[in-house]
Amino acid sequence: MLENVIVFVLAGFIGFEVITKVPQTLHTPLMSGSNAISGITMVGALVGAGMVGGTWGKWLGIAALIVATINVVGGFMVTDRMLQMFKKKPARKS
Amino acid sequence: MNADIIDIAYLVAAILFIYGLKRLTSPATARGGNQLAAVGMLIAVAATLFLARILTPIEMLGGLVVGGAIGALLARRVEMTGMPELVAAFNGFGGIASALVAGAEVMRYLDPDPASTMALNQLGVGTSVTVALSVLIGVVTFSGSFVAFGKLSGKMSGNPISFPGMRFLTLLLAVGVIVGFVYLALGIDAFPTTVPPTLYALGGIALAALFLGVLLVIPIGGADMPVVVALLNSYSGLAAAATGFVLDNTALIVSGALVGASGLILTMIMCEGMNRSLLNVLLGGFGGDAEGDGAVPTSMEGLTVTATSAEDVAILLTYSEKVIVVPGYGMAVAQAQHQVRELGDLLLEQGIDVKYAVHPVAGRMPGHMNVLLAEANVSYDLLFEMDDINGEFDSTDVVLVVGANDVVNPAARNNPASPIYGMPILNVDHARNVIIFKRSMRPGYSGIENELFFADNTKMLFGDAKDSMTSLVSEVKEATS
Repeated sequence: MLENVIVFVLAGFIGFEVITKVPQTLHTPLMSGSNAISGITMVGALVGAGMVGGTWGKWLGIAALIVATINVVGGFMVTDRMLQMFKKKPARKS
Repeated sequence: MNADIIDIAYLVAAILFIYGLKRLTSPATARGGNQLAAVGMLIAVAATLFLARILTPIEMLGGLVVGGAIGALLARRVEMTGMPELVAAFNGFGGIASALVAGAEVMRYLDPDPASTMALNQLGVGTSVTVALSVLIGVVTFSGSFVAFGKLSGKMSGNPISFPGMRFLTLLLAVGVIVGFVYLALGIDAFPTTVPPTLYALGGIALAALFLGVLLVIPIGGADMPVVVALLNSYSGLAAAATGFVLDNTALIVSGALVGASGLILTMIMCEGMNRSLLNVLLGGFGGDAEGDGAVPTSMEGLTVTATSAEDVAILLTYSEKVIVVPGYGMAVAQAQHQVRELGDLLLEQGIDVKYAVHPVAGRMPGHMNVLLAEANVSYDLLFEMDDINGEFDSTDVVLVVGANDVVNPAARNNPASPIYGMPILNVDHARNVIIFKRSMRPGYSGIENELFFADNTKMLFGDAKDSMTSLVSEVKEATS
């Protein structure tokens, strides 16, 4: 338990350090991309849904898997779609 | 052995997530960063699928295919103007997924598979409290996000909603949640194998959380949505981390902490952008939809506004050296970003210096304006943040304010009586000429009169922003051909 708390706190600090440097221009892709990352719960859903014995637990797990997968696939794809629009055009003649 | 390989795969995934986020610090590397994070996710999922002892592969694959198809469809179909509500919906999905996983885990303890060696039916105090935490945060994120979705997509009113006794009800629900937690923390050892008491406590917490999420978001006005979306983003990360504690899964804890930190930073930036505390935003009641239905004053203390025409603005622009465009939520509503870019390109071709100044809370979510302008093909090096461009307005010939209002209101700087006093604003009033694109004289979301509109150097171009821009583009073409 304590070990997990340590991991959580340290990861939080890394997150703060890295993300404060993200420019305002990329705040929306940052949100959708990090949201896709929080879809990591699908790993938990896989483990949960794959192992549970009781029917209830299994269906909860499968429901979790579906929503988490929506989050992961949709999140990464839409972020990619947005980021490909951010282009730097060559400077025009002045 | 397998468990070790899975842990190493999770470590690799976590490294790729962090590295991917790091690459989001520049638009040039951002796309690759997102792809790296996606690869990390693929590794984590593949390792789990192939190496964990998963007993029901068919249902599992079904879930992956269904979820993947829905996600892909949503991601492809969404219009860029619909991005705020999509992000809100994804936050909600993330939250509910975490809560469901925690719920499934409880079921595993309470209703073990006789064939499984994992048959543990004693739920420890630590686990039951973390499960409750995961359910609480996950469900609040879920219901809160869907109210935010409703407000952002226009399916429900963007005005703050409140009713008598709402604070009391919120308090009551919060007390109920605390009672549930205390019960789980204290009472669980007394019921090591009996299902109902634990389940009732968790069910109660989930139900209370469902209402709490709704009550959290309904009093918040449409224009405060950037804060809400960022905060719910943070919650969705925290929910994943809480589930990581339940499952003792480092990958979930690390990713959840990263996302929690990210959302928190954005929340803080948004609050700073409005000079309001998070508590002040959450208590709500401030600001509704873009243009209120209130009185329609066209004069203030004897001052009157000056209207202008597209033709006059076109002439003014062609004689300028430096032009700054300030986009706001009104540009998103009118979907005028393509016309804005067309005008910008025309002026650039004339050798005129064109820049775009984006206030941190412009629009309905962090970075909203930037995404719309990027979609319209505006080069990202022309988009400037408030602090970087505020010094340049003094040397600017024309500022075009397209659908922005409170973020350019000088009252924030010089009228201590104004509700938005102290909010950092774009100093557009320092420019030689200010053109306001606006549908009518109705005040902005905060309902505050904007003295900028009455200034000597300000002219109003009334009408739908898209129509005004379109005629302005053709006038400029005519003037320069």
